[in-house]
Amino acid sequence: MNDNDTAMRAHAATNPMPEFDDPAFVKPRPLSEATVAIVTSAALHTAGDTGWGPNADPQFKVLDSADRSLQLAHFSPNFDRAGYAADMNVVYPIDRLNELAADGTIGAVARHHYSFAGNQDETVSGIRLDTGPRAAKLMIEDGVDIVLLTPV
Amino acid sequence: MCTLAHVFEAAGLATIVLSSIRPVAEKMRPPRALHCEFPLGRPLGKPLDSAFQHDVLKRAFALLDRSEGPVLEDHPEVIQSAGVEALSCPLPPRHDPALPASVDEAQALRPAYDRAVAAAGRTSVGRVIGPDLVPDALAAMARIAEGTAWNEAGLTADPIQVVLDIRSYYEELAVELADGPPGPWAAERWFFDETEAGKTVLAARRAMKAAEAPFPLWFYMAPATRS
Repeated sequence: MNDNDTAMRAHAATNPMPEFDDPAFVKPRPLSEATVAIVTSAALHTAGDTGWGPNADPQFKVLDSADRSLQLAHFSPNFDRAGYAADMNVVYPIDRLNELAADGTIGAVARHHYSFAGNQDETVSGIRLDTGPRAAKLMIEDGVDIVLLTPV
Repeated sequence: MCTLAHVFEAAGLATIVLSSIRPVAEKMRPPRALHCEFPLGRPLGKPLDSAFQHDVLKRAFALLDRSEGPVLEDHPEVIQSAGVEALSCPLPPRHDPALPASVDEAQALRPAYDRAVAAAGRTSVGRVIGPDLVPDALAAMARIAEGTAWNEAGLTADPIQVVLDIRSYYEELAVELADGPPGPWAAERWFFDETEAGKTVLAARRAMKAAEAPFPLWFYMAPATRS
């Protein structure tokens, strides 16, 4: 039986990974007062927008919180795509966050969310030094406190 | 994701990663990670299961209570993808024997695809070809399978992206036709094991490999474990 997940997990675990010395650890405001944004590596973009280049493209897209047209543009064939086709929340839990904001569990859902492509090179220097800090700056300017990262 | 978590945290944002590959989270030590041993492509675990998705989020947000990190915890449920059966989804009977079987099939399935898009309000088809060109792309794949060079078969874009559009066309309509949420990899198994389109793509992939086409161009036309 084809078990692509096991093969991909074994392969990914052998990839070189950057190390982060003395990493930061932020204590956010209480969850019930905090603004939450989603950042995904599923390469989601608004319908009609252009996607990512095939080779470790570090750019990101800004997603409007109300946008439900999002296309899955990730290049890899090595993950389940039908889950997203059936329910975008399994990758991008925007409706769940709205429910948590409505019942007061979280303070607010951010106006914008952010999407990267998961297929990056070994150094991840583009997202580490350029696009990642730019996305962080946008989120801080937008009043985001907490970021939920969903991988694909 | 772990890299971005470190970058965002350094900028003053609190982060939580839904980890999908545990050794990566162990090595990269993001500030807060909830490891979810779920099918790749489903970080919240279960489509169309709001209660389960809320459970994942509740456990993830609970990591914010910790006063120091890094924190790596596991979601208690493991969702297996091995052994899941192919989606049960009817395929149309042969309509025009003069056409390649995959082209005939894709044309017959167009109404189902249109219903799927109308129901979902979105589609991931269209990265390089829209739904109108899926039959033509399958005709090109059939030519490659029969020995035509991949770059002379009439493809309008690279075969990897063309296949992703074909696969999205089929998987989206399968989700619409099937009862209930698709099991992990069930639609992929249906596409490659049961549809004429999937069989044609795999045949084209094998032909490209045999003809020594560039490795990435044929290899990434299907999941790594496919042959």
